This record gives sequence, C-alpha cells and structure tokens, in this order.
Amino acid sequence: MILLDRVTKTYGRNEPALERVSMHVEPKEFVIIVGQSGAGKSTLFKLLTREEKPTSGKIIVGGMDYDKLRDKDIPLLRRKIGVVFQDFKLLPARNVYENVAFALEIAGLPTAEIKHTIPKVLDVVGLKGKEKNYPRELSGGEKQRVAIARAIVRQPKILIADEPTGNLDLKHAWDVIKVLEKINQFGTTVLLTTHNQEIVNYLKRRVVTIKDGKIVSDHAVGKYKI
Amino acid sequence: MRLKKKAQPRPSVKMKSDHKFVTLERIVKNGFVNFGRNIWLAIAAIAMMGITLTILLFAVVANATFSHTISDITSHIDVSVYLKDDVTDGQRTNLIENLKNIENVQAVAFISKEQALKNYRAQNINNKELQAAISETDNPLPASLVISPKDPNKLETIKEYLDKPEIENLQSDPTSYSGDRKAAIDKIAKATDFFRQAGIVGIAVFIIISMLIIFNTIRMTIFNRRDELVIMRLLGATPGYIRGPFIVETMLYGVVAAAISLAICGALFAVASSTLQASALGLLDIKFSGEYFRNNLWLILTTQILAGIIIGAASSAIAARRYLKLK
Repeated sequence: MILLDRVTKTYGRNEPALERVSMHVEPKEFVIIVGQSGAGKSTLFKLLTREEKPTSGKIIVGGMDYDKLRDKDIPLLRRKIGVVFQDFKLLPARNVYENVAFALEIAGLPTAEIKHTIPKVLDVVGLKGKEKNYPRELSGGEKQRVAIARAIVRQPKILIADEPTGNLDLKHAWDVIKVLEKINQFGTTVLLTTHNQEIVNYLKRRVVTIKDGKIVSDHAVGKYKI
Repeated sequence: MRLKKKAQPRPSVKMKSDHKFVTLERIVKNGFVNFGRNIWLAIAAIAMMGITLTILLFAVVANATFSHTISDITSHIDVSVYLKDDVTDGQRTNLIENLKNIENVQAVAFISKEQALKNYRAQNINNKELQAAISETDNPLPASLVISPKDPNKLETIKEYLDKPEIENLQSDPTSYSGDRKAAIDKIAKATDFFRQAGIVGIAVFIIISMLIIFNTIRMTIFNRRDELVIMRLLGATPGYIRGPFIVETMLYGVVAAAISLAICGALFAVASSTLQASALGLLDIKFSGEYFRNNLWLILTTQILAGIIIGAASSAIAARRYLKLK
C-alpha cells in the first residue's frame, strides 16, 4: 500500500530531515510513527501528500509511483489519501455538515450523493445531531472527529493522521483514537503519529520510531520508546 | 468496510472530474458566496471600475456626438453667389441651369432680394438698430444663389465656373464659401482627433488603474483566505476549482460596476441634456448625445458588462496565478 525506498529529503543545506528511509506498509495495516518533534515525521507526511518532493528515493502509494506523477495528478492523489492534522484545519465559516461536504464538493460529487453519504460518516465518528454546529461550538475532540469524517468521507484507502491527539486532553484523545481504530477495522490503512506513550502502548500495533531522520526501530507490536 | 456497503454501489469515489457541470456550478456558486463575503473589501475595486466604465461610455458617446456634429455642419456648407441687381431673369435661369450641370452640385436655390431682406430681419429680430439700417424701399441686400455641394471638400469645379469672367460680371460681391463654417469644421475635426487620442490614453490609464486595484483586492482576499485555500489544496481541489471562484467574483465586480456606471450616465443624460446644451458652445449636440445613449442602450449595456467582465477576469486571473501557489 505504501512503499518508501531509501527516501531522503534535505531542505536547503541543512542536515537531511529524512535520510534513506525505507519502509513498507501493507494494506489495512495500522502503523504508529513515533519520534520527537523534528525527527522527520511531518516531513514524511508531507512527502506522502506530495506537498514536498523527496530529494532522492522512491515513493509508491496505492500503486502510484510519485516519480511519474504530473502536476495535474496531484489533486487526484490527495483525494485518495485522507489527511487529519493536529490543528484540525476546519473551515470556521462552515458548519459540521458543510465542512465534511467540502471534501466531496471538491471531488465533484453530485449534491444528492453528498446528502446521502454524510449522515453515515457522521454516524461513524459519533457526531450525529451536530450537523448544524459550527467548529467554534465544538470541543477539541469533536473538531478532530469532524476532521476525520472529512478525511474518510471519500473512502480513501489510506488515512494519514499527523498528531491528531496533540491538541486534545486524554479523554478526547481516546475518542479520536477509537474512531481511528474503527476506520482501520473497516479496511483503511492508517498511519498515525503521536507523542502519547499511553496511546502507543494501548494500541499494540506496529510502531516505527524515527530519530534524526532515520528509522531506528520497527516492531510489529511495538512499545513507545525514545 | 461498512461505509462502503451502505453507500450506493459505485466504482469507488469519482476520481476524475466527470461531473464537469457540477464543478462549474460550484465554482460559480462559490464565486457568488465570496462576492457576498467580500463586498466591503471589493468596494474600492468596484468604484474604480465603475469610473473606468463611465469614462469609456462618455468617450464613446462623445465620439459619436462629435461625428454627428461634424457631418451635421458639413451638410450645411454651401456656396453663396451674390447677384447684381441688374441681372435679368434669363441670365439667372441660365446660370442656375449651368450650375446644376456641374457634377459636384447637389442643388441650387434662389434667394430673391425680398427673401434676403426677410431673412435678414428674422436673423436680427432683436436688434432694432440693424433693423432700422435697412428700410423696405431701399433694399441693399443682393439676390443670391445658394449652391449645396455634394462634397463640401471639393468645391474647385464650382469655384472654377464661378470665377469665369463672364460669370463674375454678374456677381455683386465675392463668392462666399462659408468660410467661417469651414474654419469651424476644421477646428472641430482637430478637437475631435485630440479628444479621441486623449480619450484612448485616458481609458487606457483608467483600465490599468482599475486592474491594479482589482489585482490588489484579490491579493488581499487570497491572503485573508490563506487557511481555507491551504485546506482546499490539501483535500485535493484542482487549481481551477480554487482559482475559479476568484475569477467569478471579479466578473461580478464588473457587472455591478457596469450597472452603476450605466445608472449614473443615464441619470446624467436625462437631467443634463437641456442644461448642458446651452453651455456646449453650440459645437456639441448634447441632445444628440442623450438620444444616442437611449437608442443604443442595449448595445452600451452589453459592451459595459463585457468590458467589466473582461477587465475583472483578466486582473484576477493574473493575481490568482501570481499569488495562489497551488502545488
């Protein structure tokens, strides 16, 4: 599903943010990526969403070789990958329903289909009845679940969650993690970065640890250790 | 995946933009929404474009009026031949016939001494002294022939004929070639050329200024909506889907500006036609301007809106291209 082959990314003349990173993620896998800030997690995600190009190395996601992507393919690529950010990135002027619909509007889905799909997705993330609420009226956990709903509404094969619990208290963080587990059970490959030791140890999933731009450990059922 | 089972069966999510029409509809809709959200920021741009379009409209109407005035005056150019009192009816008829045979002559009218007096009286109806200077019994005004040429710029053949000694003998005064009028025409023609050039330069300058202001407005809008644009990009919106609404929005500026400009001009022409006529030095037919405006209202409306849309779309397309980094 995701293949990184000796990927290196260097910004300017600095030390490489990622150095010869190779990893392979199977379909339907749930992978946690841990590492201190600056370790290269965000760079890795930016490479996967094609916000950045690798300095060298090969990236293949869902059968798409990034070397062969043309500029006009990038929007289509991004529609195939669901993304969730630490700061939610919701549109403040739109309510919950509209925020989720936004992703489908961009993809050019007919309005009728959007109406049909959104209630199901809001049900999955446990936000039924909040359709008309605006982001400012929601708790952090709810906002993050709106963001997840938006990320999965197009049924991506891959969901990338960059520190989705970073801004949340523990209770809300758990809500978010449980939603991610549920989505993974539906068959979506999930890539999650987190700082939270408790979450990592609870999930008992594959853990990839990145330090100074290099993968230092990769365990099928990993524990948090830096 | 439960989600998939519940949703309508379809070959995954539509990845290609095979709903072109839906997308276009959304771009236009978003353009309208943004226009509403952005109206206060847009006022300067709209006002500037309104001024530009107004000037454009005035230039077009003024141009038409100048042309009208020139052709109006040109059609009134004539050649007056003043006859001695002792010219007989036979000589006169003969002269008229010969004149009519000259190619460039449209018509020849005879004005008798009595008619000349009447005309003189009518022209000077308010001037008692001039009236008194000429009495009925002693009419010093000569009879005359008024020749209307087909082409007032080619009076040579007529002049040639009139300058023949035997013809010149019949004339009491030198032939009048509407000298004063010709000078006036030349002046107007020169002025028209000048106004045309000035108008083109002026319009160009104003179009550039309004484009710069629109450009800046869009730049500020892009800056204000940075976050939203980043989100759109990350969610896989195509560049067209992101840029489109900005272009629709500025096209709306153009439509609003055209409407405002047209309303202002309409009101001006309605109110000012009579007032301005007096002050136009008789050179410009303001009444004609008003009529021209009303008669060509639809053409003007369409042109204004089109011009507004083009100016708006062009400047925002440049701004969007320059400031929306969409990779």
